[in-house]
Order: sequence, then structure tokens, then C-alpha cells
Amino acid sequence: MTSFAKPSINLKNAKRNALGLTWHDYEGAMSTLCAGCGHDSVSACMAKAFFELSIEPHRAVKISGIGCSSKTTAYFLNEAHGINTVHGRMPSVATGAAAANSGLTYIGVSGDGDSLSIGMGQFAHAMRRNVNMLYMLENNGVYGLTKGQFSASADVGSKSKKGEVNLAPPIDPVTLAMSLGATFVARAFSGDREQLVPLIKAGLKHNGFGLIDVISPCVSFNDHAGSTKSYAHTYKYYHKAVHADYVPMSKEIKTSYDAGSSVPVKLHDGGSIVLRKIDEDYDPYDRGAAYAQVVERAAKGEIVTGLLYVDETQEDMAATNKLASRPLNTMPYDELCPGNAELTALQNRYR
Amino acid sequence: MNAPDGWKRQDTAPPTDTTDPDYFHKVVDCQWACPAHTPVPAYIRLIAQGRFSDAYIMNRQSNVFPGILGRVCDRPCEPACRRARVEEEPVAICRLKRVAADHKDDITDRLPKKPSKTNGKRIALIGAGPASFTVANDLAPLGYECTIFERHGVPGGLMRSNIPAFRLPESVLTEELGYILDMGVELRLNSPVGSMKALLDEGYDAVFVGTGAPKGKELSLPGRKEGDANIHIGIDWLESVAFEHTKSIGKKVLIIGVGNTAMDCCRTALRLGADDVKVMARKPRSFFKASEWELEDAEAENVAITVNHSPKSFVVENGVLTGMVFETLEYELDEKGAILSQNVTGEVTIPCDDVVLAIGQENAFEWIERDAGLKFGKWDMPVVDETTFQSTTPRVFFGGDAAFGPKNIIWAVEHGHQAAISIHQYCQDQLLLAHPANGLELTSTKMGMFEWRYSNSFDDAHRRAMPHVELAKRFKDLGTEVELGFTAEQAAIEVERCLNCDVQTIFDAPLCTECDACIDICPVDCLAITQAGDEVHLRETLDAPGLDAEQALFVSDDLPLTGRIMIKDENICLHCGLCAERCPTAAWDMQESQIIIHHVEDMAEGASQ
Ligand SMILES: Cc1cc2nc3c(=O)[nH]c(=O)nc-3n(C[C@H](O)[C@H](O)[C@H](O)COP(=O)(O)OP(=O)(O)OC[C@H]3O[C@@H](n4cnc5c(N)ncnc54)[C@H](O)[C@@H]3O)c2cc1C
Ligand SMILES: Cc1ncc(C[n+]2csc(CCOP(=O)(O)OP(=O)(O)O)c2C)c(N)n1
Ligand code: SF4
Ligand code: SF4
Ligand code: SF4
Ligand SMILES: [Mg+2]
Repeated sequence: MTSFAKPSINLKNAKRNALGLTWHDYEGAMSTLCAGCGHDSVSACMAKAFFELSIEPHRAVKISGIGCSSKTTAYFLNEAHGINTVHGRMPSVATGAAAANSGLTYIGVSGDGDSLSIGMGQFAHAMRRNVNMLYMLENNGVYGLTKGQFSASADVGSKSKKGEVNLAPPIDPVTLAMSLGATFVARAFSGDREQLVPLIKAGLKHNGFGLIDVISPCVSFNDHAGSTKSYAHTYKYYHKAVHADYVPMSKEIKTSYDAGSSVPVKLHDGGSIVLRKIDEDYDPYDRGAAYAQVVERAAKGEIVTGLLYVDETQEDMAATNKLASRPLNTMPYDELCPGNAELTALQNRYR
Repeated sequence: MNAPDGWKRQDTAPPTDTTDPDYFHKVVDCQWACPAHTPVPAYIRLIAQGRFSDAYIMNRQSNVFPGILGRVCDRPCEPACRRARVEEEPVAICRLKRVAADHKDDITDRLPKKPSKTNGKRIALIGAGPASFTVANDLAPLGYECTIFERHGVPGGLMRSNIPAFRLPESVLTEELGYILDMGVELRLNSPVGSMKALLDEGYDAVFVGTGAPKGKELSLPGRKEGDANIHIGIDWLESVAFEHTKSIGKKVLIIGVGNTAMDCCRTALRLGADDVKVMARKPRSFFKASEWELEDAEAENVAITVNHSPKSFVVENGVLTGMVFETLEYELDEKGAILSQNVTGEVTIPCDDVVLAIGQENAFEWIERDAGLKFGKWDMPVVDETTFQSTTPRVFFGGDAAFGPKNIIWAVEHGHQAAISIHQYCQDQLLLAHPANGLELTSTKMGMFEWRYSNSFDDAHRRAMPHVELAKRFKDLGTEVELGFTAEQAAIEVERCLNCDVQTIFDAPLCTECDACIDICPVDCLAITQAGDEVHLRETLDAPGLDAEQALFVSDDLPLTGRIMIKDENICLHCGLCAERCPTAAWDMQESQIIIHHVEDMAEGASQ
């Protein structure tokens, strides 16, 4: 907690985006999280990604559950729409919102507790439906807000602050997402914004469900020796496999790509996600191979990061279900509610 | 990005050595820019606490004349003030000094005193200006017997004879000169020194020349001689006004030149009865020598400033000056504003009753016989060492305007401090070259969680405007001080504008967990964690890369977890402490840096130990 607000200073040489805004225009309220929390770093990266993409803040929607991570929707994009839902229920609200208005950019913010314990079912179904949203799972291995109980992502053998050892096997959101049909699956670390900011941009531009599992240390309850989600542990074991960045259509892709090492993935909006393989052997386009790699590396204690799986060919929920492309709030009432006769006709189809 | 030349391109920037006292001194730009290195933010904090006497004493240790300088200092500190980098205007540093001087209690018992016995060394000081007075201020308390020789009947130098009383009241001068005279300094008025040789023969252990640059420059144009009765040399004329020999001037007055002397001349003319005063400048406004605030004050009194007029001749009819002829000029400027060429476009005659020439001052050392032993160099100026202020005659020292030409009061004071050190060293048979190096003391300002010993939060108030006596009441006499000084409310707001640039962000690399919290909280984006690299590359990684090569880039030691480095652009830091508040491991701390600047008294203590 900080005693006073961050002042707003008009720097003469601040960088401005295409809308003439500075990244400070994408910030939110003063964070009330513990100083040093990884989640704050993720919020800053979100602000930077939106800033760099020149997305108008009021064209974004932030949806979250409950937890320190879920609180962070207040700490970036002040001008955006947002809702803090019930614990674990963010995905269903996001699904509904995306169905009602597909013209906005949806960001779900959640934690390992919110997504992998109480909200596991909802999380799974949002992926299965390929809802067009970016889902940030800010993963610290504990329930931060309720003072540090192990969460479902805690590794076997990881120690709590008081020395208790976790024995239950972890749920890995990345392999879970691959198995459930998510079309953009990434892992990152709040401490590496050179990787995270471009990844968020790519995830925001990806059409369909994008998951970024961000290791985001809890400085108060899970940043000690023996924890496998601490800053020190993550810095030591994380390994960059595939770097991803978004390149808009207007920009020509200039770098020449060595066959097999980097390939641009075309997006719906005409832009591309440019992948740069840092790890030659890693294949982010083959779900089976990617899955195997992540599991194998995890067994060795390595934290593989980057865009680990991407499939741009799948239809998102709106397309599969032939949802209206026009936002419901712009439809005239008689179109939105076609009346009794239409309802009866519809019901008669099922008799 | 075009990197300024000062940035190093190839070599990996090494970790910053913050133990070098100059490093943090430069961060305190105002103090660095002040010739006497007055600890500005520290005294502003004292004023904020209502500790006016303490603020006065702190000022006095550096600049000797806080009441005088709080009114008329050239204030090189203000253009340097960091506040103007994050907002429109600098802190009103100078006028806050005046607040301390105006509101202090009786501080006489806190001043250095004449010791019970002398050290037997006799020092002659020539000229009773700020330079000589500073030397006396520094040496008298150590037991030196100081005697000041002044040709005029009052002390103060140009501060009395030229700076008009409506800017600097006589009472303020008398008070602050008095503090020094009370240290047992002997003042011999009406005692012009006519011969250096004769003075040297009197056996003084050292002689300090603080005679200023007393000669106004002449403008030899046709009609000069014929119109002499109504053509005045600016500094002589101001002096004659100050000493009440001149009590009036014509209605229409032209001032030639547009420096600070010109500003005093035009405003003085208005107070002597002129009602149409024009300041005639040869060049466009961007070339004016006068400070912007002096120009504003003159213009507020309806002085017309006319640009691009070059004086050609004086018009004298029937033995009486009636006007001046000027060539009108046109300039071609390049994009940086430098003059490429000038063109005469015509000629005008401007009628006037009097002309005041304010085009510069010169030194005059006719009283130093050229065979007295002192070497004279370029422009017939005595050869004086720039650090020791010693002339080629070992026991003769120079300072103030007499040393290297006309400057200002605060430079005269700094020269005085340095000359005092040299004179002491000379009299104690020490080597002259080794003036003591500055020191640095750092003290944490942390009082508790989010609690600091200074007002760290950024206050977005704008600069307070100095209240002035209303126009109608200004001109009835010469002595009505125009500036009223800040009100209590104004001062209370103005002090909060200071960014406390002397409270430094001190980084302890081994403590950092690389969580980025400080980087995200910093309101001016001056921090980054990055790979080591050359300076250009490092600066480019900042969100708002500073563009000033003069401003330091802090480079930390390697961070423990990744071997990366923390960098900080010192240029725009608000010293708000948010980084330190946000850091979970207290890797950042806000520490007050005190630059230890030695005056002769510290050396005397050292010598006696
Ligand atoms: C019109 C005008 C306005 C100014 N305004 C400002 C201002 O607002 N702020 C600022 O900082 N500076 C100002 N200055 C400059 C400032 O006054 C001088 O730089 C400063 O006073 C220099 O101090 P000094 O001690 O070197 O010499 P001076 O102040 O010039 O004092 C020298 C003294 O030596 C005496 N003297 C000379 N020769 C002899 C001799 N042979 N024997 C005995 N005595 C002698 C003189 O009578 C004089 O009293 C102004 C100058 C002028 C002309
Ligand atoms: C229905 C319900 N059950 C339990 C809680 C208590 N609770 C609040 S936050 C939280 C866990 C949050 O953990 P996580 O999502 O990992 O967030 P973190 O604080 O670690 O960022 C729990 C169990 C609740 N608020 N609502
Ligand atoms: S308790 Fe942990 S997760 Fe919550 S704000 Fe503090 S550091 Fe972050
Ligand atoms: S004190 Fe810290 S947070 Fe404040 S401006 Fe300076 S570096 Fe940034
Ligand atoms: S807040 Fe502290 S620990 Fe975190 S990056 Fe900054 S200095 Fe390092
Ligand atoms: Mg958690």
C-alpha cells in the first residue's frame, strides 16, 4: 500500500501512440497490492501492450474473479469497462459479454486459485468454446488474498512460508489448455516484460481463446527459499522457448526467417504473430509435440516459456455459433426481441 | 534517436561511482549552478518548517548576504532548477531566500565572532564591495586583522552605488554589511588607494584587491562632446543618483544598451521625472543580456524596448541635445537563432532630452603602478590564478569583478571564499594549490512505512507571482521597494514546489529481487532494468529517454538474480520516493545528500588539531 497517488506528470518527451496517448493514459487506480507483487508488474505490462497497440481504452473490457490477481483489473486501463465477478465465475461472464458484443477486446484476469480450484469448470469450458478473449492467469502457487494457502498449481515438494510441504500434484494450466482445445497457449513470467508485453499484444490480436499463464510471484506468502514460484526460483529455471510478437498489417515484416526457426502466423485482421524460436527443437504448431515437450521439460524442473502452442485456423465461439456480429446494444428493439409470433415459430420447430 | 555527443557509444557503461561528491552534487542542479553552491533544497525545507533563522544561517554560510541576494541575485540556480523539466517554471529559489531573511529572528549571537586575540596577521582589502566583505567575513573570525579601504563615503560597492534602492533597500545592505563589520573588521571610508606600491610598503601580510570594474564604457559617436551635458555614462549616473548628486532628468530619455544596467537606468529615470523612456537595442530580443525577469519588471513600468536600432549620432541643436539618430536593422537568423547577416534598412531620428549609455563596464587599474611587481596580461588585466586568486605577486590576491571582469554578487562572494582560503594558506605558509576537496554525507530520511523526513509527495502548484507595489505608488521616491516579498500563504505553497533534489535515490543492488515495482510506480519513467550496454543503448531502453547529455545516467552493480542492471535517468526524477515506498526489499532508499563544501574556517580547525 502506498500512502499517496502517483502524480500525473506531462513529460515533454513522453512516447505517444497513434492515438496521441502516453502509456500513463493506460494506467489504472493506485494498486493496493503488496509492494513487489508480480501482479502489479503484469498490470503494467497490460497497460503497455494496450498502449503499443493503440487500442482505445474504452473499447476494452476487463473481467475477473476473486483474488489479489483478480483485483488488478482496477489497476490498469482506467477508462475500460470492467466487472469483478464471483470467485471462479469470470469465464461465464466473459463468455456472455463476448456473445453480446464481439466488437470489444476482452481480457480475463484470474489467479491460480480462481481458475484451477473453484473456477476449474468454467475455465475449461471457456477454452473448449474458444471464446475470443485473452485470459491472464496470474499464477503464484498460492491463494494470496486469503494469506497463502497452497493452490492447485503448487508443485509437489514446494514449501509454504511456514515450512509445510505440498504433496498434491499440480494442475498445469498450459497442458490443460492444450488438451482442451485452446488456440493460443503461452507461459510467461512477470519479471520478464521483454517477453510478456509482446506476448500480450499477440494474445490480444489472436482470434479465439488465448491463455497466458504468467508466473507472478506472491512476495508476501510465496517468495521464500523452497518455493517454486518465487522470483529467485523462476529467474533461475525459466527457459525461453518461443518468442512471439504482433506485427500489424501496415508494417512489412522485414526480418528474414530461417526455415523452421521463425514463421509469421497470419491473423484475421491482416497482421501477423511473428514467432522466433529460441529453442530450435520446440514446435509450437503441433499440439501433440508441444504438449510432450512441456511435460518432459517440467519433469526436469525447467519452466518453459513463450508462445507454446498456437492455432490460428480454428473458428471462435461467435463463428461456430453464428452469433450476431453486431453488438446487441446497437440493435433496434424489434430486431433484438422479434416478438411472440417468432418465438412460437421457433418453439414449433422443436415439437 | 539522435544521441547528444556526450553519451558514450561503444563501451559498456560501468557502475556509477556515487561516492564521488560531484555525482550527487550535480543532481542538485540548483546547488551545482550556484557559484557559492548554496544548499538550496535544504534551506527550502527549513523555510517550510518555519525555521527562518536556521534557513538564514544555512544560506549565510554559503552566500554571506541572504537578504541582499534574496532580492537581487542573478539567480543562476533558477534556470537550472529541475522543476522546469516537469512543469513550466522553476521554483522561486531566490525569493524564498528573501523569506528567510525577512522573517528570521535576531541571529546576531549565532554569527562568527571576533576572537579574543588576533593571530597577528594584517590583511588589507581594497574596495568595500561584496568580494572584500566576504574575505573579511571568512578571515576575521580566525583572528586576522582586516582593514577595508574604500574610496566612497559608504560601503557596499556597486550594491550601494548602482543597484537602485527600489530593488535593494539600504537597510538590508546596512544590516548584512554590519554583521561583518561587527566581527572587528576595520572600515576606512573616503580612503581611495592611489598607489599599490605605497600600500605594499605598509607591510600587510596580504592584500586583497576587490575594487570591481568601476568604469562605464563610452560611445564615441558624432555629437558626443557637444551634447555631453545630457549624455550620461550609466554606472556613473546611477552612482550619482544613489549619492544624491543627481536628482532629476529630462522627460524623454533614451537608454542605450539592453543589459541589466540598462534596466536599472530606465527604471531610475522614471523615478527622477522622466515620462517617456525608451531602451534602444541593436539586436532582437533573443540576444538581450538582461535577465527575462528584469525585462518584465521594466516593461511593467511602461518602458518601451525598441529592437534593431543601432546608434549612429547624437543630434545637438544650439548646444542642446535634442535627439539621436539610429540606423534601423534587419537580421537574417538561422534555425538555431544565430545571426547569419544584418542589413541596414533605413535611418530614424528619435527626439530626447537625455541619453544614458549602458553598454558595459571595464576594469581600471591605473592606481597599480606597472612596476609594482604584478604582471598584467590580456586586455591590460592583472594575471590572476583561476583557482587560488593569487596574482603574480604572492601576497596580492584578487576577487570579484576586479579578478576577471564584471560578473555579479554571488560570483564576488565565491571568489571571496576562495581567496580567503588562499590568503589563509599563504599566511600559514601552506601550499596554495590544495584547496580542500568537497565531501559527501548521506543520511537516510526514512522514518517508518511510507514516512520520510521530507515532504516527498509531488505538489502540482505553479510558481507564485511576486506581489508588487502598485504602479501609481512606485515613482514618488527612489527608495520604495517594488517587490513586497511573498506572503506567508505564497511561501507555504512555493516551498512545496521544490522537488528535494538533494534527497537521493540510493540503490542497493544485492537487495533487488527484480520485481519491477519501482519501474512501474515511477511517475516519470526514469528507471529500467536491462542488460548492460553502452550509454546510448541504455538510455534508449527508458520509456522517456532524457535528451540532456549533461544529466547523469545512474548504472547499478549487477543484480543478483539475473546479472542485469538497474539504470536511472537522473534528469527528471521527482525525488518523490515512490520507488522506495514500492520496493519490497528496501533496495531503494531516500537519503539526504549533504555536499560538504569547505570554507576557510574548516581548514583552520584542521590546522589547529
Ligand atoms: C547597474 C548595475 C546593476 C547590477 N545589478 C546586479 C544585480 O541585480 N545582481 C547582481 O548579482 N549583480 C548586479 N550587478 C553586478 C554587481 O553589483 C557586481 O558584480 C558586484 O558588486 C561586484 O562586487 P565587487 O566586490 O567585485 O566590486 P564592487 O561592488 O564593484 O565594489 C568595488 C568597490 O571598490 C571601490 N574601489 C574601487 N577602486 C578603489 C580604490 N582604488 N580604492 C578604494 N576603493 C576602491 C569602489 O568604490 C567600490 O565600492 C550590477 C551592476 C551594475 C553596474
Ligand atoms: C466462493 C468463494 N470461496 C472462497 C473465497 C475466498 N477466497 C478469496 S480469494 C481466494 C483465492 C484466490 O487465489 P488466486 O486466484 O490464486 O488469487 P491470488 O490472490 O493468489 O492472486 C479465495 C479462496 C471467496 N472469496 N469466494
Ligand atoms: S498477498 Fe501476494 S498476491 Fe496478494 S498482493 Fe500481496 S504479494 Fe500479491
Ligand atoms: S524518486 Fe523514484 S519513483 Fe520518484 S521520480 Fe525518482 S526514481 Fe521515480
Ligand atoms: S522494487 Fe525493489 S526489488 Fe523490485 S525491482 Fe525495484 S529495486 Fe528491485
Ligand atoms: Mg494465486
